[in-house]
Amino acid sequence: MSSRIHIDKDLVAASATPLVLAILSEGESYGYAILKRVRELSGGELEWTDGMLYPLLHRLHRLGYVTTDWRIPPEGRRRKYYAITEEGRAALAEQKRQWATVTRALNDAWTRFVLVPAPGEV
Amino acid sequence: MDVLESRIAEWRAYVGRSRTVTEPDIDELETHLRDQMADLGAGGLTADEAFLVAVKRMGDIDGLSREFALEHSDRLWKQLVLPSKSESERSSNGLVEALLFAVAAAVTIQIALRGDGWSGDPSPWFMRNVSLFVVPFLAWYFAQQRKLPLRQSLLTAAPFVAGALVMNLYPFGPESSTEMLAALHLPVALWFAVGYAYVGGEWRSHERRMDFVRFSGEWFIYYVLIALGGGVLMGLTLAILEPVRAGLGESVIEWVVPSGAAGAVIVAAWLVGAKQSVVENMAPVLTMVFTPLFALMLTGSALTYAVSGLGGEFDREQLAVFDVLLIVVLGLVLYGLSARESTQRAGFMDGVQLVAVAAALVLDMMVLTSMLARIGDLGFTPNRVAALGLNLALLVNLIGAAWLSLRLLTGRATFHRLSRWQTRYLPVFALWAAGVVVVLPPLFAFG
Repeated sequence: MSSRIHIDKDLVAASATPLVLAILSEGESYGYAILKRVRELSGGELEWTDGMLYPLLHRLHRLGYVTTDWRIPPEGRRRKYYAITEEGRAALAEQKRQWATVTRALNDAWTRFVLVPAPGEV
Repeated sequence: MDVLESRIAEWRAYVGRSRTVTEPDIDELETHLRDQMADLGAGGLTADEAFLVAVKRMGDIDGLSREFALEHSDRLWKQLVLPSKSESERSSNGLVEALLFAVAAAVTIQIALRGDGWSGDPSPWFMRNVSLFVVPFLAWYFAQQRKLPLRQSLLTAAPFVAGALVMNLYPFGPESSTEMLAALHLPVALWFAVGYAYVGGEWRSHERRMDFVRFSGEWFIYYVLIALGGGVLMGLTLAILEPVRAGLGESVIEWVVPSGAAGAVIVAAWLVGAKQSVVENMAPVLTMVFTPLFALMLTGSALTYAVSGLGGEFDREQLAVFDVLLIVVLGLVLYGLSARESTQRAGFMDGVQLVAVAAALVLDMMVLTSMLARIGDLGFTPNRVAALGLNLALLVNLIGAAWLSLRLLTGRATFHRLSRWQTRYLPVFALWAAGVVVVLPPLFAFG
């Protein structure tokens, strides 16, 4: 609890789309379950305001990345299920490429920072 | 109902206050809330505590409805116009301001008419400048409403200045057809300048462009309504004043009609914003009624022309009629798109729209063939160039629209792609209209 890293709002927003698409690529799901999965994947470090997930899901729907379906599962209440489309998978692949490039560049930068200590430290 | 249920109902009502969050959205959020409460309850919290935590986690409702509004700009539009109940009751919704601009436009047109000498028919000078007496006030009104910064205000004004310079410095010959064409295309070009002010300078945003399309359609509806009412009023005035003194009614009308027509441009724009929900209920009905009728009429005429073989030989008047028809169809299709809920599945109306677009496409191709034949026989004239360009612009637009509608209906494209195509295409029309005003006259030596 005490050592939780606060992740910058912009970073949370930027990572939201690929994260949700990735979760949906495992299989169709609904809002609350997606959010639980996000918490699981990030070990609780990535804090979303629950409500904000829905405008994001609606955007993905508008862009044709997901399809939606209201259904009543055998045991529970009526829910709106989201399933990824081919276009969604393509978008996810593209996002993966972009994030890989960014993380690679950052990793390079970090290793260099470690090699060159700040002037006063030697 | 137990306490908890009534608290959930209260929460629902609170979320639903914002018009950007619709009923199904609230259902979805409520399911989330209940799932969360169930999990928290399983973790040992009491129902009350679980409710509080779940609501807190859902986040601040204003922020949430803002996010919804950004995503569904078709709904945002309602939000912008009527921010909240209390506020719309308090202010007069800018009526006074709108009326000031309307009066300014009405007075300007009167001054121009007096300056013109009013000798029966208006002079060519009046005809070619008429849109410049009215439309700038509309752009100014929106620049004011949107509180445009200086740079953007200047950008809004630029097309008007350029238009005024072109219309008055070009040495148009007597009975010049380029002059007539420029006068016809100038209002179209200026309308896009109004659009720039309307979207608050965010002309790159496709959502805002769609808002402007929606505005244009609704403005048109209001303007027609005002014109109809005005027509009745004028008819009655004539009937009442005629017995008093012969000709009295007519002279009153000569004064009132131009001013009324000019002022109504602004008033209609104000009405679109202020009385949004009225037209909102009416517009989908109008598109529902007229899109199938136009689809039927277009298909019928395309078939008739194809079968009877008249397709090759339209004369000039027919060509003009067909151009108007095609523009009306395009307007209807565009407006239908802008009024459609973007997440809706492809349905019957999309099919009807595809039929209308396909039939319009066939007609447009016939018109083009006929036109090319005329040009081949008789050479280029300003009228033919203007008509040819317009038809080519329409043709490309209709091909794209038909193709994407087809894919939408077969589930291979999203509605988003279709509306993007149309909003991307808007600058083509703007540039074409501006081109006819600025480039065409010198090309034909102002004849």
